Amino acid sequence: MNGVMDSILPRTGGLEPSTAKGINVALMFFGIFTLVGIGFGVHSLVVGHEHTFGVSREVPWGALIAAYVFFVVTSTGLCIVSSVGHVFGIENFEPIAKRAVYMSIVTIVAGFIVIAFEIENTWRMPVGNVVGANLSSNIWWMGTLYGAYLVFMIGEFILLQKDSHKKAAYFGLAGLISGIAAHSNLGAVFGLLNGRPFWHGPYMPIYFIASAALSGCVTIIFCTYIAHKVNKWQMSYDQEKAMQSVAKMAALTIAILIFFTIWKVIAGVAGHPPGKVLAMEALLNGPYSINFWVGEIAFGMLIPFIIILAVRAKNMGALFIASFCAILGIFAMRYDLVILGQVIPHYYGMDMVDYPTLFSYKPTLHELMVAASGLTFCLFFLFLGEKLFRGHVTESH
Amino acid sequence: MKLKELEQLKNEGVDHISSIERRRFLKLGFLVTGVYLGGKALSLAPLTEAQAAEVVPPKGKYSYSPHYSMVIRERLCINCELCVEACNGTNDVPSYGYRTDILERRRAIVDDKYETIFMPVLCNHCNRPPCVRVCPTTATWKDETTGIVKMNPGRCIGCKTCMTACPYNARYFKEEGRFVDKCNFCYDTLLSKGAKETACVTACPADVRVFGDLADTNSRVYELLHTPETLVWVLRPKTGALPNVYYTNA
Repeated sequence: MNGVMDSILPRTGGLEPSTAKGINVALMFFGIFTLVGIGFGVHSLVVGHEHTFGVSREVPWGALIAAYVFFVVTSTGLCIVSSVGHVFGIENFEPIAKRAVYMSIVTIVAGFIVIAFEIENTWRMPVGNVVGANLSSNIWWMGTLYGAYLVFMIGEFILLQKDSHKKAAYFGLAGLISGIAAHSNLGAVFGLLNGRPFWHGPYMPIYFIASAALSGCVTIIFCTYIAHKVNKWQMSYDQEKAMQSVAKMAALTIAILIFFTIWKVIAGVAGHPPGKVLAMEALLNGPYSINFWVGEIAFGMLIPFIIILAVRAKNMGALFIASFCAILGIFAMRYDLVILGQVIPHYYGMDMVDYPTLFSYKPTLHELMVAASGLTFCLFFLFLGEKLFRGHVTESH
Repeated sequence: MKLKELEQLKNEGVDHISSIERRRFLKLGFLVTGVYLGGKALSLAPLTEAQAAEVVPPKGKYSYSPHYSMVIRERLCINCELCVEACNGTNDVPSYGYRTDILERRRAIVDDKYETIFMPVLCNHCNRPPCVRVCPTTATWKDETTGIVKMNPGRCIGCKTCMTACPYNARYFKEEGRFVDKCNFCYDTLLSKGAKETACVTACPADVRVFGDLADTNSRVYELLHTPETLVWVLRPKTGALPNVYYTNA
């Protein structure tokens, strides 16, 4: 084991990690917060979700499913961004690729941690998924493919550390294929439910892949900037060029998402499609309108898009702000997507008495703590990774 | 861009991998993706044979024997909730959950008045059950003999996808056993022990609920669904789930 670690961990080269006390304090904070969040999750598992989570019979999926989707979308996105450099050989993207591969592993694990506490009986999964494998279940495909994806990404990262770039590219491509297959299946988990008009249709799997690309771009900008800032590293010319390229890709994907969103809204309102229009009203002008207009539209799309264009993708500080806004906005997108699909009552439009117009859901402290622990888990391993892997610098090809 | 031109381009980084090798690997990738997609398509294909699009399947087109189904004679329901009580007692349903419920609807009628309609709801034991398709561990399945949608509590991982997929809100998470519980037409508590009716049917004083084998042309359910000039409907037919709980005012 030590021999393996020795060959993976660079002792010299790369960037000298800062020994500032602040970084260790931050690491400790993120670590402890993660453990506390996991503690909240374990507590829920023991006493039962009905006492600690805001989910119900009507809205069985809550903030933790949204957080899970957020993390795995980010992971797939990071894999996509890393593959641009490592698998498809676009040189501009290479300087960010190693960190992207590393963070794609961290974020998928964060997703698994969060979902482990959302699922009531996680321990039944290993046997159930094999003995009872259901090939028509998107959840089954998603879980299985994400399992394979994790293995491929870890393989790619180890090979990159060993400077075995050819084999790493194979693993990267395998990771990319399984990641995209898994991720589109996650979209299909929602999209193939005929009884949920807000979700149903081919839009979901396509939208998931497009928004994954945005997630990946902004997350790698965010992580790269923070890593350099806290360690007081000067960003190299190549690194800056890479950031600029990624920011341009982010702007392009935002443009695609704006286009998607416009047509999603129009399709949801035109001709008042039953069920769907209720969700659209809630989103545009109802209880979810702040999430939508401020979160999704302003933070998730317009602000980062305008910033990137305004600085022509050149000012690193501005790109960092843009990426931070986009990450906030993307979380709002995931939350709205997951919750809104469920709040449309099953028997809408049947003149029911004492029947809500929309079901309600509010996340509880337990759910928020588990979701936040996923974030601190990512930040912990981001900081630790910079220390261990000395700035994820690509030394040679 | 032509491939030949691409090949002549300067390798931009991963210079150990030739274009041919990369292409070969991409082909493998597409093959793998094709298998995924093919598998998916194949797994969905048999479902299309389930039943034609009519509300009540035509004679001889019943997939199960006995083909258990329930007919709800809606206008007779007075919301006494004896069915709900009987169900809860028979099937150990906790106070926070239900397998069957009665919903209330209001309809404007002449002279500015309203009429109240009580609508009993339960699992529809669909012929194309969305809950069964989505379950990753086949903890829920459609019984091949009776068509009842059953649960294996020990296999349920509690992902609640079946609850999300069900168009009828017929499922709830039973904390006591840590599994998703649902109506199974009292199979384990009554039918498997020789009973001919479910608890809710027996308890109903107004003869609202009629249970039986739709494949048996002498059964009351068959008769109710095939009486001339009666209107039969199911809930949310557009979800394509093909329910086996029918509503009529006969």
